[in-house]
Amino acid sequence: MISVQACLDGILLGILFALIAYGMALQWGVMNIINIAQGDLVILGGYIAYFMYLYGIHPAWGVIVSPIIMFFVGIAIYKLVINKVVDRDLFISILATFGISILFMQLMNFAFGADVVLANSDYGTTMLFNSNVVLPNSKIFSAFISILFAICLVIYMKKSKLGRAIRATAQNARAAKILGVDTEKVYAATFGINAALCGVAGALISITFTIHPYMGLPYTIRSFMIVIIAGLGNLPGVAMSGMGLGVFEEFADYILGTEFRIGSVFLLLVLILVYRRFKLSRKREYLK
Amino acid sequence: MKINKIIISFISAAVILLSTSVASFAKVVGDKIVLGAAISLTGKYSSNGVHTQNGYNMAVDRINSMGGVKVGGKTYKFDIIYYDDESNPKRAAQLAERLISQDGVEFMLGPYSSGLTKAIAPVTEKYGVPMVEANGASRSLFTKGYKYLFAVLAPANLYLDVAIDLAVEKNNGKPVTVAMAFEQDAFSQDVRLGVLDAIKRTGSKKVIDDKLPKELNDMAATLVKVKQMKPDVLVVSGHTKGALTAIRQISEMKVDVPMLAMTHCDAAKLSKQHGKNSQYALCASQWHKTLTYKDDFFKDGMTYDADFTKEFGYAPPYQAAESSAALLVFKDAFERANSFDQKKVRDALAATNMQTFYGNIKFASGGQNVDKPMVLFQVMCDDGGKCENKVVAPTKWASAKLIHPIPSWSQR
Repeated sequence: MISVQACLDGILLGILFALIAYGMALQWGVMNIINIAQGDLVILGGYIAYFMYLYGIHPAWGVIVSPIIMFFVGIAIYKLVINKVVDRDLFISILATFGISILFMQLMNFAFGADVVLANSDYGTTMLFNSNVVLPNSKIFSAFISILFAICLVIYMKKSKLGRAIRATAQNARAAKILGVDTEKVYAATFGINAALCGVAGALISITFTIHPYMGLPYTIRSFMIVIIAGLGNLPGVAMSGMGLGVFEEFADYILGTEFRIGSVFLLLVLILVYRRFKLSRKREYLK
Repeated sequence: MKINKIIISFISAAVILLSTSVASFAKVVGDKIVLGAAISLTGKYSSNGVHTQNGYNMAVDRINSMGGVKVGGKTYKFDIIYYDDESNPKRAAQLAERLISQDGVEFMLGPYSSGLTKAIAPVTEKYGVPMVEANGASRSLFTKGYKYLFAVLAPANLYLDVAIDLAVEKNNGKPVTVAMAFEQDAFSQDVRLGVLDAIKRTGSKKVIDDKLPKELNDMAATLVKVKQMKPDVLVVSGHTKGALTAIRQISEMKVDVPMLAMTHCDAAKLSKQHGKNSQYALCASQWHKTLTYKDDFFKDGMTYDADFTKEFGYAPPYQAAESSAALLVFKDAFERANSFDQKKVRDALAATNMQTFYGNIKFASGGQNVDKPMVLFQVMCDDGGKCENKVVAPTKWASAKLIHPIPSWSQR
């Protein structure tokens, strides 16, 4: 029963992380930008849901309100900063987004205070297997909403005009431009969509966990890891690696102890990268 | 070019002049005793930093309005120079250096948190500047042999060992099983050492000993273990985040433990954020308004609570109360030393033996206060969902009877 519990906990946690990683992968693929401020956008989204909760609105509505606000925040960040670094090398964009991250942290601290806060959804708990497995409904809700948004996004990217333009730009920005795609608009939209996804994730995190102005970085690192493990441009892989990491983490915690939880995840990352390199080098030999 | 050079040399001359004139600012100016403090007014500790500052200011106003400090037949008033350390230890150490060598401050008040106090203590020690601090409880502060550091609060290892004693008492003196979940930071690990001592002393057994990563806000795996092992006591310490996360997940996962003991519940405003879900949690606190200590300036805890609330618009957390107490200690030491000589004031501080509204204060050779036990309060809610913190241990100050064991979730 313990392993079922750990497995389910891991999957529910992983799905939420995968949603954040999804935005990061999209942006990375289309704009070649690694967004260090990803986690801070998540936290800002969380605060939007938290303030709704403070004013007596159920925080679950944050799942709708937060992405709308965050979409425009994303566009504003793009217009002010990102469009100046989007064609430069990766290092410049990392520096720029790192700056945005620090700015956001301080602004949130200034505006909302340094207290740890959370929004209560009062969703109750689901008991399975004769109460041996316990799942908070807020986590189930989070996972469900994350999947819903991910599916909507995949369909949107496949069917809509903008989605096709985004994919075309990701494949070859220059060619897309020549064929009449307004890449500037595509970049702005991509950044906005990413911020909106962060908004959804943030609202869900305020319901399931806690938020604090300085808590963004772990989410950035986690989503970065998920994208690295999945491989760039591999969107279904993001979902799988998100869940996989979540489950691995829960089991590592249970078997090795909580202090090894984060360490073992990093160890797994190193192993996967070494394995990939090994596979790649074999492939090269084969091609010779 | 020439004009540029002239302007540059003019500006540098002005800067040099200004910096030397600042240096003439000294510790006792006219009838003022100037104390220095680096406080976290921005950054992650800013909430508690502000509580600390409010506590200091409240005491300064009160002491000044009630006659000030009498040294050598003359009356002096307190004044404090504050700098914002941005919750950053490096910055705090720089500011301490600046307060002492540039502003000429000869007596310091502590910053907020153990980490920042650790950064400042070597500086004050180097210059022989007596520092009375109220917000650094880490045990390692008091084992380094510092001669000029004095803490009005009880050290971190005493935070939760009372809870283990209480659990053993409730178990008819028989040993208990303990599950521990502590964040990996200096303070929480010190609390853990104290709990381990208590476990050893009472012959109890630890069944879970989890160290929570700083960046984690999910304790589900630990709580699954708790559900399986069914310990008599669950002890959690991980600052505000730890307290909030623990209550949220314990209530969501319906974890039943006979006793739940935590730190930082006061700052976490548990009952405000979690309502009835936080009921029955035991919280370690340095101070509670219902304690019956007394002094001439603030009278007692209830009066302090009312005065503070009137002035700042919120009820004082213990971080504010202990900060106010630091000023009372300084006043007492200055008057006994009857001098502003740093060595004499230091010796007077070391010989402190007094009662304040916050508690008795008497320093051990390491600088920690050994005369003030921690208190445990329990969150108790009425049927309307209104929750209150009530002191349950030590029995001398208990204003309510401990509810033990905690009723299971199915009965709530």
